Amino acid sequence: MGKGEISIHKKKGKMSKRQKRLTKWGIIFAIPWLLGFLCFQLYPICVAVYHSLCEYNIFKTEIFIGFENYRNLFNDPLFWKSVGNTLYVTAVGLPLSLVVALLLAMLLSRDVKGISVFRTIYYLPTIVPVVASAALFLWVLNSQYGIVNSFLAVFGIRGPSWLTSAKWTKFSLILMDTWRCGGMMVIFLSAIKAVPHEFYEAAKIDGAGPVKSFFGITLPQISPTIQFNFIIGLISYFQYFTQAYVFTGVMEFNNSTSMSGPKNSLLFYSIYLYKNAFINLKMGYACAMAIILFIVVAFVSFLAIRISNSKVSYDVE
Amino acid sequence: MSKNAAASVKKHTKKMTWYLLLMVFGFLFFAPLLWMISTSLKDASSVFVYPPQWIPEIFRWENYAEVFRRIPILQYLKNTLVVAIVPVFGQLISTPMVAYSITKIDWKGGKVIFPLILGTMMIPWQVTQIPMFSTWSRLGFVNTFIPLLLPSFFGSPYYIYLMRQFIKGLPNSIFDAARMDGAGELRILYLIVYPLCKPVLTTIAILVFMAGWNDLNGPLLYLQEGTKYTLSIGLQTFLTSVKQEWQLLMAASAMCTVPLIVIFFIGQKYFLTGISTTSGLK
Repeated sequence: MGKGEISIHKKKGKMSKRQKRLTKWGIIFAIPWLLGFLCFQLYPICVAVYHSLCEYNIFKTEIFIGFENYRNLFNDPLFWKSVGNTLYVTAVGLPLSLVVALLLAMLLSRDVKGISVFRTIYYLPTIVPVVASAALFLWVLNSQYGIVNSFLAVFGIRGPSWLTSAKWTKFSLILMDTWRCGGMMVIFLSAIKAVPHEFYEAAKIDGAGPVKSFFGITLPQISPTIQFNFIIGLISYFQYFTQAYVFTGVMEFNNSTSMSGPKNSLLFYSIYLYKNAFINLKMGYACAMAIILFIVVAFVSFLAIRISNSKVSYDVE
Repeated sequence: MSKNAAASVKKHTKKMTWYLLLMVFGFLFFAPLLWMISTSLKDASSVFVYPPQWIPEIFRWENYAEVFRRIPILQYLKNTLVVAIVPVFGQLISTPMVAYSITKIDWKGGKVIFPLILGTMMIPWQVTQIPMFSTWSRLGFVNTFIPLLLPSFFGSPYYIYLMRQFIKGLPNSIFDAARMDGAGELRILYLIVYPLCKPVLTTIAILVFMAGWNDLNGPLLYLQEGTKYTLSIGLQTFLTSVKQEWQLLMAASAMCTVPLIVIFFIGQKYFLTGISTTSGLK
């Protein structure tokens, strides 16, 4: 059991001196995380659960009201709208980002000359601060003066009003997210490069073309990475906030704080949560939303891991 | 031999198509950034011109000066540096400790803690955000930098995960030999783990720096005075106030972006190779 060392005097149930020392240091070194977990995660979660059962606005003491917040949420059309918006952006944005990131990684996996320049270019959008990205895309997607619509005009396509039509606003955000898929791309790239060359050579000998070797070798070999990016992406899309916040902030030039975009099309779950907590000061209500989110994220992650585990090939570990 | 010539032509066209694809996508990805710079140098009147003008007639560098006049960008920059750099130290102190504990120290807790750490990645920040805010508020630390800096000294699951993957790949023999030579765990941590983990530590440093630089949530909640604003909040409020003066918006955005790109280019070698060594996921 000990790594390369024989403990001769180990009595049943009693730790050896060495084991005691290791345990002591193991605990000591883990203390930062343990403390952080207790103070910044466990404690707030318990408080949040309690507050979700209260009417609370940070200035007065809380009033216990049981499950009333949850009942009100259930009947709140804005709540359901925010759920729908978030699901939309997850269902469309996540697969799109995954696919684009994967394709770009494939493109970058060949070591042609100057490949590092391209790698940097594709990764660059991720470095641009979100606020700057959002401002940029608000300009790029401007229906009259933006380069996207003028580019489409070259092909005779009349570009939509990306930012003012309730139908297109979410997709505008998705476009920006896809532009910023460099993070996922880099992880895919390293996974692709880790696939042993012999596999491809063997396949070539058997007469497999590039498409076949992609689906038959590359995909299965990098499936753990795909799973990882998928789960992380899922968790982060459910918490969608910053991009939408900046978009609506800049869009709404009349200085209104609706934060929801045209016809509430950009009212995402976290945005509605934030509004309830820090603008409407209904913190109990917001905490209820947060707890629901927690349960959903935990459940969906669990499910996603279970389902994708069956599709992932962990051959040689 | 014509057969060889045919094969090399095929190889050549394959290479050409590859380059073509790379360049097409490269242009698509890079164009918005070029457009940002281009707009930032335009005169107010030529911003709203159709079809779009890529190269402005006159290069109005004054736009940048105007941004300086309107918002205290240097102040914002100072604040952003604090919020970006201090957490780097925090994470570099706490993360290796925790990662080492759960990877190369053979104790029972180590096996339990790691899945727990991964599990916490599923906790949405929204859940902890409101209680944390009221706690910090009661402690009187709202409108200070403390809530943004303190948590980094306690480790963060993603970085612990990255380090753990890297440390796992280190041979056990080094640690066994050191222990047999009588080295205490603390010595092992500082004399073996830190030096050997330089690539992943560099990666983590860059990631933490960028996360701090780009963070909007934290500053949004906890920084309530204009003088304490970071670039992200400063840019956000500038954007909402300046309405249709896109040339100024783009200039301000460029100012927030270019330093990061420069840092990225400098650290690029470590960064991209660091990510590939740690995310082999094997």
